[in-house]
Amino acid sequence: MPSRKQHRHDQPSWLVRIGAFAGLAFMHIPVLVIILYAFTTEDRTYQFPPPGLTLRWFDVAFARSDIWQALSMSLGVAACATAIALVLGTLAAFALARAKFTGKDSIAALFVLPIALPGIITGIALLAAMKLAGVDASFLTIVAGHATFCTVIVYNNVIARLRRLPPSWVEASMDLGADATQTLRYVLLPQVATAFLAGGMLAFALSFDEIIVTIFTAGKERTLPIWFFNELFRPRDRPVTNVVAVIVIAVTLIPILLAYYLTRPDDEHETAR
Amino acid sequence: MTLRAASTFFYRRPYWYLALLLVPPLLWFGTVYLGSLFALLAQSFYRIDDFTAQVVREPTLATYKQLVTQPANVDIVVRTLVMAITVTLACAVIALPIATYMARYASGRMKALFYVGVMLPMWTSYLVKVYAWRLLLAKEGIIAWVNAKLGLTGLLEAALATPGIGGPSLSSSYIGMFIVFVYMWLPFMILPMAAALERVPGSLLQASADLGARPSQTFRNVVLPLAVPGIAAGSVFTFSLTLGDYIIPSVVGAPGYFIGMMVYVQQGTAGNIPLAAAFSVVPIVLIFVYLSIARRFGAFDAL
Repeated sequence: MPSRKQHRHDQPSWLVRIGAFAGLAFMHIPVLVIILYAFTTEDRTYQFPPPGLTLRWFDVAFARSDIWQALSMSLGVAACATAIALVLGTLAAFALARAKFTGKDSIAALFVLPIALPGIITGIALLAAMKLAGVDASFLTIVAGHATFCTVIVYNNVIARLRRLPPSWVEASMDLGADATQTLRYVLLPQVATAFLAGGMLAFALSFDEIIVTIFTAGKERTLPIWFFNELFRPRDRPVTNVVAVIVIAVTLIPILLAYYLTRPDDEHETAR
Repeated sequence: MTLRAASTFFYRRPYWYLALLLVPPLLWFGTVYLGSLFALLAQSFYRIDDFTAQVVREPTLATYKQLVTQPANVDIVVRTLVMAITVTLACAVIALPIATYMARYASGRMKALFYVGVMLPMWTSYLVKVYAWRLLLAKEGIIAWVNAKLGLTGLLEAALATPGIGGPSLSSSYIGMFIVFVYMWLPFMILPMAAALERVPGSLLQASADLGARPSQTFRNVVLPLAVPGIAAGSVFTFSLTLGDYIIPSVVGAPGYFIGMMVYVQQGTAGNIPLAAAFSVVPIVLIFVYLSIARRFGAFDAL
């Protein structure tokens, strides 16, 4: 309302308020719907509202060996890819956080390229290379693809933390007689530890859920997302697909919430300072 | 003692220390990633023999010629580009009030709620979200049900009857695909936009108000120009992600092909890796063009 008095800037207009809350709702409804559908008694169509609710499909899904195999495959890939990414991403972040040298910008650009370019490029490029080199698709080729973009996630998390760390801390440690290993152990690592863990959690969640690159590098192997993708076009298995969707949400949600929790206190630090 | 000696050795010679750190990740990215990209480029200059269906490994421009001279292929590129641009614009419009509210007005618990509320759907399984939209958009699904309850079925049918963007149902039309794309990439726009808005100093807003600007004027003339780098940064994600996606057009969508689907189909059932490679060079080129434009708007300072 245009009043002649001073305009209050700490109050949003109703348009902004409605837009914000409607937008937030829009982002959450699909996920809630999926959870509801895992309990529907209707197994042929996506009828809404569901005619009834049942827990039967969870039993059916848990009895399926193909789901268990795909699940363990995905967990294995995610664990290996995350392990490689933690090593490579942390090394890269420590190297590029403070150093100044020619070519640094190009190297930094290289380390973010796998997420700047669409995933399909990484996928088809790996496949093109595999064909040229005569390498067959296997567990290892899936891990190689995942480790590449997971490294970027870890790198981003760790380098963001390292950049916020005042350089004077390292200098103070050295001035007080600590050598480089002691400084690393008592000053740098405790500061970086949560960012390192958060990066690992996010990398794990991302790898567990990855489909775009995986399709190209998996050959006949089946990760859980590939299983899921194939089931999308088979109406007979709809109820089981719904249940697997809920399982996937649960498995990815836990590391993401942990990652958020690990990086949050630091953010409060930021604003307090 | 030896550890101490080693650490001193490397501390005194920063380039050795740097090399020690950089060699493993560079080796990985150099061979696995860059090597693959070069292999992709190489494959795009090969061609497939029409009779034997084998890849002929001799440098040729035949595959690129096929890409640019066949009208169907050009249509695919144009269709994908139009979708990427409209999705980016829609994401920017929808993200603006959310980012404004979470960055400028919300505080304490409400702010945390908004940030978690945007991060959670962003990190929730990509495939599950696409699948959820199949349920929502299905003929017997929720959107049709809500529309029927509100008596808007006629409106939906009119939209679906629109030539070019319509289809038999939402789940097999460009409208449905557009909605899913916007939904999927929205958080990637909100977060950089909110980050840019957070950085706008409050004193500027006060100054604007003191000089007599209405809130809407302040927003248009002060806040929005300062948010442009954030919008540019977000648009890099929405644009790039739409260009390369092949899952969404194949799960939700009309019969027309998109670049990503073409790459997927050509390498898979068609077994034509050279054409798939040539097709995948198109989004790379488009993204580098887009990045150079976004850079002018300060996208890289906002990342």
